[in-house]
Amino acid sequence: MIHSLFLVNSSGDIFLEKHWKSVVSRSVCDYFFEAQERATEPENVPPVIPTPHHYLISVLRHRIYFVAVIQSEVPPLFVIEFLHRVVDTFQDYFGVCTEAAIKDNVVVVYELLEEMLDNGFPLATESNILKELIKPPTILRTMVNTITGSTNVGEQLPTGQLSVVPWRRTGVKYTNNEAYFDVVEEIDVIIDKSGSTITAEIQGVIDACVKLTGMPDLTLSFMNPRLLDDVSFHPCVRFKRWEAERILSFIPPDGNFRLLSYHVSSQNGYPVGYRSLVAIPVYVKHNITFREGSSQGRFDLTLGPKQTMGKGVEAVLVSSQLPRGVLNANLSASQGTYTFDPVTKMLTWDVGKINPQKLPSLKGSMSLQAGASKPDENPSINIQFKIQQMAISGLKVNRLDMYGEKYKPFKGIKYMTKAGKFQVRT
Amino acid sequence: GVSGSLQHELCSADGSAARQGDEREEGLRETAMYGCGFSANDELKEMLESNKESLKLEAMKRIIGLIAKGKNASELFPAVVKNVANKNIELKKLVYVYLVRYAEEQQDLALLSISTFQRALKDPNQLIRASALRVLSSIRVPIIVPIMMLAIKESASDMSPYVRKTSAHAIQKLYSLDPEQREHLIEVIEKLLKDKSTLVAGSVVMAFEEVCPDRIDLIHKNYRKLCNLLVDVEEWGQVVIISMLTRYARTQFTSPWQEGVSFDENNEKAFYDSDSEEKRDETETKPYMMDPDHRLLLRNTKPLLQSRNTAVVMAVAQLYWHLAPTHEVSAVTKSLVRLLRSHREVQYVVLQNIATMSIQRKGMFEPYMKSFYVRSTDPTHIKTLKLEILTNLANEANISTILREFQTYVKSQDKAFAAATIQAIGRCATNISEVTDTCLNGLVLLLSNRDETVVAESVVVIKKLLQTQPTQHSEIIKHMAKLFDKITVAMARASILWLIGEYCERVPKIAPDVLRKMAKSFTSEEDIVKLQIVNLAAKLYLTNSKQTKLLTQYILNLGKYDQNYDIRDRTRFIRQLIVPNEKSGALSKYARRILLAPKPAPLLQSAFKDRDRYQLGTLSHSLNLKASGYQELSDWPAVAPDQSVRNVEVIEPVNEWVPTVGKSKPAKSAKSEDKFYSDSEGEQVDRKGSKNSSSSSNDSSSSSSSSSSSSSSEAVSEPLALTPGPEAGFMTSHPSSLQVTVQPFGPVKSHELLHHMSGKGLSARYHFPRQPFLYQPSMVQLQITLTNASDQPLEGIHLGEHSPASLTLHRFSPVERLEPQASVTVSMGIDFNDSTQAANFQLCTKEAEFSVSIQPAVGELLLPASLTQADFEKEQGKLLGMNETSATITMAEGHCSSAVLNKQVRSMANLGEVITGHNNTHRFAGRTVSSGALVLVTVEKREAADATITVNTDKSVMASMLLRDLKQALASA
Repeated sequence: MIHSLFLVNSSGDIFLEKHWKSVVSRSVCDYFFEAQERATEPENVPPVIPTPHHYLISVLRHRIYFVAVIQSEVPPLFVIEFLHRVVDTFQDYFGVCTEAAIKDNVVVVYELLEEMLDNGFPLATESNILKELIKPPTILRTMVNTITGSTNVGEQLPTGQLSVVPWRRTGVKYTNNEAYFDVVEEIDVIIDKSGSTITAEIQGVIDACVKLTGMPDLTLSFMNPRLLDDVSFHPCVRFKRWEAERILSFIPPDGNFRLLSYHVSSQNGYPVGYRSLVAIPVYVKHNITFREGSSQGRFDLTLGPKQTMGKGVEAVLVSSQLPRGVLNANLSASQGTYTFDPVTKMLTWDVGKINPQKLPSLKGSMSLQAGASKPDENPSINIQFKIQQMAISGLKVNRLDMYGEKYKPFKGIKYMTKAGKFQVRT
Repeated sequence: GVSGSLQHELCSADGSAARQGDEREEGLRETAMYGCGFSANDELKEMLESNKESLKLEAMKRIIGLIAKGKNASELFPAVVKNVANKNIELKKLVYVYLVRYAEEQQDLALLSISTFQRALKDPNQLIRASALRVLSSIRVPIIVPIMMLAIKESASDMSPYVRKTSAHAIQKLYSLDPEQREHLIEVIEKLLKDKSTLVAGSVVMAFEEVCPDRIDLIHKNYRKLCNLLVDVEEWGQVVIISMLTRYARTQFTSPWQEGVSFDENNEKAFYDSDSEEKRDETETKPYMMDPDHRLLLRNTKPLLQSRNTAVVMAVAQLYWHLAPTHEVSAVTKSLVRLLRSHREVQYVVLQNIATMSIQRKGMFEPYMKSFYVRSTDPTHIKTLKLEILTNLANEANISTILREFQTYVKSQDKAFAAATIQAIGRCATNISEVTDTCLNGLVLLLSNRDETVVAESVVVIKKLLQTQPTQHSEIIKHMAKLFDKITVAMARASILWLIGEYCERVPKIAPDVLRKMAKSFTSEEDIVKLQIVNLAAKLYLTNSKQTKLLTQYILNLGKYDQNYDIRDRTRFIRQLIVPNEKSGALSKYARRILLAPKPAPLLQSAFKDRDRYQLGTLSHSLNLKASGYQELSDWPAVAPDQSVRNVEVIEPVNEWVPTVGKSKPAKSAKSEDKFYSDSEGEQVDRKGSKNSSSSSNDSSSSSSSSSSSSSSEAVSEPLALTPGPEAGFMTSHPSSLQVTVQPFGPVKSHELLHHMSGKGLSARYHFPRQPFLYQPSMVQLQITLTNASDQPLEGIHLGEHSPASLTLHRFSPVERLEPQASVTVSMGIDFNDSTQAANFQLCTKEAEFSVSIQPAVGELLLPASLTQADFEKEQGKLLGMNETSATITMAEGHCSSAVLNKQVRSMANLGEVITGHNNTHRFAGRTVSSGALVLVTVEKREAADATITVNTDKSVMASMLLRDLKQALASA
């Protein structure tokens, strides 16, 4: 399936290669570089590129292209999904997935890639299994290894690999038994010029950090499970149980994992024009104008909270791609700082926290190229924010129970709402 | 030491103050590249040959660094290969990496390492066996093909499923090294396809796809098993299996898409209700009935739509698209839309597939239209795909919403996208006649846009639209003629000129004037514009020669001397065609008909129009070209091939024991079944028992099962068959005399599973035949006798959902039809996991579902083991202390004789008797079915009727339950 892998950095250098079958010359990447040159933006490189003898399937993460070389028919998503797993694994192992981190850990990278694919077919991709095979590098272990010459490689077959619970190793022991769940929701919105919502959707995940001794069998139930419109599970979740009782029943992997991703029903699935059920937590008042014949434009933006159940809106960041004709922006921010990049025309405003008593605003003028005609498009505004202790959909975990083990674990649940693709058209 | 000096030297060579690790590597590279002076390779060789493991490891790590960078490290081969048998696991693994990389180039030296792997293939540790096979099969050296073949064959029958998985991977490697081995490899694939382990399933199907995708016949017998295993297979294997099964289904089942057949649940029921002979005779065309196997595939793949793996979700979606009845396909919509939240690359592929789907099935995605709205932050190719889908989804009801959205896109700063939007508006205008005028007006407004690409694209689209609606659009043509001077994009200018020429009779005043201007600027125009000027001139000459004759002559003269030969050719051709002279042939008579013929309007259609010729989700579909190795999806057969090929013979070697609940006997007569000790039946049983024990007392189960000559009996003849995977290693370490034997003891109690009153006529009883289950040795075999006590035939009796979810069971093959008062016996297996926890499941007919429950007595969770007295004592010695439970009882009268006692114990628990010399001590041995733990029972007679029962096993819960049951059996009458 996957013949070879090349890692290409943003300046177009191949800095790592790995082959699972016979060696494919790196000149095959020339076709990729051609496509890269044609693309105006790094993201515009097509993920699937045909060449005379091979096919190149690539993903772009952390400004590194992971280019897989394929020789014959294979579902492209199969390769794409796998490459993303590779990146996730690197991130998991090294904290970051950068060119420097990969180069520093090239041996571990090679050992990982060797375990993840056999003859191009995925072998072990589950993080828990990999960590039993190859221990992640830590500063301490690196030092010890250097001195004693001991290794990162586990000596046993991961116990999970052969059991009926392949995602969990046996013999897990903790002195403090704890299970933490983070409910994180992202809200994707498009708001039109007049302030009405065009589309709004909530995508949520439940990320877990479970450190429990033995073979605990957990059930997690919700107060309002019907909210969840569409779900996808970690393989550990018993599907039948969910179908029948809307309860998440599972033997958890050890450590961090994503238990569930879900979608909360919004107007999707309802007739067009049906009013959205999704509460929008912030509003934007904007007045961005350009006049014909004038080399000045006005920029006026105010943010305010809305439907946040009294929780504060934090880490607010506004960005907008201003029209090409804008030379500079002369604005004043009531709080936070703004920057304007005259080359990319990108305006960013780091707002911080929204104080409902004193709404943050950014006002001033934009100077345009003299004599140029008025830009016929207004920029759209992208907003990022976070709201702690609240899931915007209203989803609530009812209880978490543990079976199969005797001790009492410590349990914790956190909620958070973030802006996903939150876009305001002006 | 050595490394110190090396480091020192390299540091001084490089000189820069970067981090030390980098310095070292840089230094290495320098020397490797220029090869001058003291070679770094020599250093590495020295390190590899040193006695210190840390040095060797360090050297290997640096070599891996070189390989990762694509540097040539082949020179080090001899030094590296020496370490292939090193004890240090990390070092060994790095050596393997190196070996696999360079073996092809250094074949002779690579052979030195082969014996190491051959030895490791026999290692007791499954991890080492697997890894040896992995490396051995990755060494691409033709001379070892026979060795690889042998290793693959042996590993395919290894008791560890992990090793068998590795052997499935090795099949593909060997095949690519030597395609001549195909036939032999197919044999191995055939064998591995029968494997019941979820670990193996994905890998062997992958091998099947690479080596013999055309051998569909190998799948038949494994089809149902693959469907049933699918949920538990690892995610990558799921993708491969689903894609293979899609192809399989298209060759084996008939189309569920027949016209006029709506196949909803109600209809289905109605059909079965009225399924009488007369009706069938009446209607010539047989109504469509879905093959239960076809349904099985659809049902078992559906839960996978909830997978976190996007490739799995896509695989199920394409399966539904290609196999499901039309109204069921929309089940996948929600999940596909969910994938749009994933990474950009995932979005790209999913959107491509949705684009193809949405052409044929607007309704599937229309409710999710807003999920395809474009965001300014989307990459261009995502934007265009979304646009494509929105255009496909447009209909009378939603067009105004879509057009409003498009208006935003036209203003986008991404001009390529704005241009694509204009094309999309054009397509909407032609597809939905209600909005044609609105769109046209909108596009005309865009003609005054400041951006050239927008204007140009608008002109091109307007041109196409006007062609489809040529009446009464002279105003627009005039408008465009006025704009002509401002438009600089060649394509747009050419389009306007073509329009004026084509419809010159509708703009009789403007057309000659435009031609006059063009005559002036002819030489400075681009080629496509020049060609259209010549066309315009010719058309005007034919319709209005009075005004344009001289202009045309002038333009034709200019064209005659143009630098571009296309234009010279065209000019010459036009002149001959339109200007009459003595040389002109017959053609000029028809000039008007040639040039001013009504032209068919261009079709504005989706670029994804014909993409569905490729299977969705494939690379070929993504690229819209046939990728190498693409397997065509065949058309549905008109007539379904033989369905019975998928039937797996249910081996029922013990038919004569089955209490016959036949036509004559009402199901209720439990009386006679309880009398299983009745003389006649007891005799039968004994006969059978002795027959078996005589044939198989020394042998394992193989002899008895192979006599039943089923295709799947091979699975049993493997030594591992009776031992579950994880403990396999433990099992084989025992002397062979400990193997479980089939020594079934007759008495069979039958239990009620479903009463015919609560089963709407269906009654079911079950019993334990006490035979190893052939499909999965860790399962307890059950036989269920289904009886139809009603006066209607019952159809489609099968097993439904079961709980707990962790329970694994092997379903019996569905009973298609059961006549009134008839009964049938089917076999199934349940892995009780050595516990007496009840297994709950649904017994279903076409009409109804009944919840039933089976709670096994602890004695049924065992299989007899034949031990010699010595072995028994030896094993008992290992199971003392915590593993021993005992009790003293007073035996009931009549139980004291050895024969009766023996019978009592063995009727209670499926144990084998150990022949002992004592008269007063009776020993019985067995193994638990699921985990194969040894269970030893001793009954020691004391004075009078007292006896001590001792149970030795490490399954302590089972021990105490077994003891309780034994006490009851022996104490009571």
